[in-house]
Amino acid sequence: MQTSTKPLLSVRNLRTSFFQDEGTTKAVDGASFDVSPGKTLGIVGESGCGKSVTAQSILRIVDRPGRIVGGEILLTREDGSQTDLVKLEASGAEMRSIRGGDIGLVFQEPMTSFSPVHTIGAQLVEAVLLHNEVTPKEARRRGIEALRSVGIPKPERRIDEYSFELSGGLRQRAMIAVALSCDPRLLIADEPTTALDVTTQAQILDLLRKIQQERGMAVMLITHNLGVIAEMADDVVVMYLGRVVEQGSVDDIFHDPKHPYTKALLQSIPSIDSAPRVKLPTISGSIPHPFNRPPGCPFHPRCAAFIPGRCDAAEPALKAVGDGRQVSCFLYE
Amino acid sequence: MLAYIVRRLLLAVMTVWAISVLSFMIIHLPPGDYVTSYIASMSASGSAVSEGEAQALRQQLGLDQPITIQYLKWMGLMLQGNFGMAMEWGRPVSDVIGDRLTLTMVISVAAIIFTWGIALPIGIYSAVYPYSFLDYVFTFIGFIGLAIPGFLLALVVMYVGFAWFGANVGGLFSPDFAEAPWSLEKIWDLTKHLPIPAIVLGVAGTAQLIRIMRSNLLDELRKPYVMTARARGLSEYRVVMRYPVRVALNPFVSTIGYLLPYVVSGSIIVSLVLSLPTVGPLLLKALIAQDMFLAGTIILLLGVMTVIGTFISDLLLMWVDPRIRFGRE
Ligand SMILES: Nc1ncnc2c1ncn2[C@@H]1O[C@H](COP(=O)(O)OP(=O)(O)O)[C@@H](O)[C@H]1O
Ligand SMILES: [Mg+2]
Repeated sequence: MQTSTKPLLSVRNLRTSFFQDEGTTKAVDGASFDVSPGKTLGIVGESGCGKSVTAQSILRIVDRPGRIVGGEILLTREDGSQTDLVKLEASGAEMRSIRGGDIGLVFQEPMTSFSPVHTIGAQLVEAVLLHNEVTPKEARRRGIEALRSVGIPKPERRIDEYSFELSGGLRQRAMIAVALSCDPRLLIADEPTTALDVTTQAQILDLLRKIQQERGMAVMLITHNLGVIAEMADDVVVMYLGRVVEQGSVDDIFHDPKHPYTKALLQSIPSIDSAPRVKLPTISGSIPHPFNRPPGCPFHPRCAAFIPGRCDAAEPALKAVGDGRQVSCFLYE
Repeated sequence: MLAYIVRRLLLAVMTVWAISVLSFMIIHLPPGDYVTSYIASMSASGSAVSEGEAQALRQQLGLDQPITIQYLKWMGLMLQGNFGMAMEWGRPVSDVIGDRLTLTMVISVAAIIFTWGIALPIGIYSAVYPYSFLDYVFTFIGFIGLAIPGFLLALVVMYVGFAWFGANVGGLFSPDFAEAPWSLEKIWDLTKHLPIPAIVLGVAGTAQLIRIMRSNLLDELRKPYVMTARARGLSEYRVVMRYPVRVALNPFVSTIGYLLPYVVSGSIIVSLVLSLPTVGPLLLKALIAQDMFLAGTIILLLGVMTVIGTFISDLLLMWVDPRIRFGRE
């Protein structure tokens, strides 16, 4: 499935750490996955497992004291050549033209993703002007078009409003408009609906799906909500403590999960056939802080299929199991 | 919005009135009046004042009337733009204050420009590169600046200027110009004398401002809108200057109103040491002599300056921060 075309983005063994006085947080610790062109890749995992830091690493906007310490992020350019984003200067011209140009980002916090003292338009038009050689007037026209295309009513007026004048849903639409204003080939959406109410959530997801179909761009959808994944994703990456524990198509993951963590995750969501008023199974224990990662497989202290002497001794590698599927677990080695 | 401005204006007028009552009361708080301290200073220099003379003087100055009448008369004069007589000087208050008030403003503005010009860039640097070598250097120098009292700094500067450069750094004018009428040369002379008092007066404020700017900006830099600006592909310089710095500067706009009176009242001792012809030393003398018209006018002027300043800052803040314009927060 992924072998037919070159992946648009290929993350290989990415490691990103935060170096603080208290110690080093290995937020991303050897993550590998591919994003296929025109497809939606869902990235799922409990909060704190390094999903956002992975997205920030791809855009090279990890905040100090964080730094990429290893791995490759290969972006296939329009001419077919590949660029390793890790090797680029984070604030250099090439990386900046990729940010916002080739890769757009939609953030979790629609409330604070816009500057409180600048209009939506100022921030939108700025992005258009930066990546296109157009006059300010034309940039503004494109900005209004972008707002219209994400379903914001009266865009000619909204463009001059401040983010706090918009409702949460409109704000997130405006955020998407900014991310899309320069026709990126990859849109990274980091928990785009987490802060919204359920109805708005559904509308935003519909919008993302519609835009993706119209433009044929790839979407990397980060969420901790498996329901969102089921609805949106073609392929799924399951992350645990900075590592990818399983990758496969959405059907494979939901109908034939391999990794004990994926199985546990799926059991913890309610389904239409689960008995009412019965407590759902939860994953025992809690996610350890990346400061003190358990030795061996990071999931072994919470794992139902823990093999003593094996899982706590060495880390399983991410291995192919069948067509386009990968899992990192000793059960499959 | 218009209603807001009108409300602020009304409030400003009320505040000025309250300040006038307060300043009048403060001047009358110490026991005795101008005549008492006049008698004291006369007898200190050997000449006695008879009871009759004192009584006549009181009558002439209107000090024998009830305090409310005195206040109303004072207010009446004020409203006509007449600030009364400076008793000790025997000249109208406006004459005595006149040039000094202008010079005070000039020095204060120079000190504020110095403070902002130095503190904001350093504060921005320290927030963008926290815990860097230069950040520590600035922090260290800043704390020294905060800890040294202004008058001490003034003395050191005067000593250094005198001992090493043979220059008399006191005052605002060279002797040739001190009594000369205003001319371009005199203004140039003033400009040359400004930096030292401006620096001495501005050092403590600079240190403080660096700390505030640094922590404001550190807070803003952590906010998601900075990361989204970066994700749009802006250069790092533009990301920082256009968004978080702009937001971090807003609170400073609201301090503009207090700056002028703060610098004026904070400058009394430094002005004495550097013999600057500002209103600070004048206020001190007037208070000691219980010269109520002079002291009252200066205090009232400081109060009015604060009120006007605050009003202007409110308008400015409304202009720069849409959240306030729209009545949020
Ligand atoms: N700016 C930062 N400074 C220090 N640690 C950070 C920072 N950002 C993220 N981390 C750490 O990295 C880990 C992964 O965080 P994140 O990627 O935000 O998780 P999530 O999967 O919920 O998006 C967390 O343990 C978090 O504490
Ligand atoms: Mg996150």
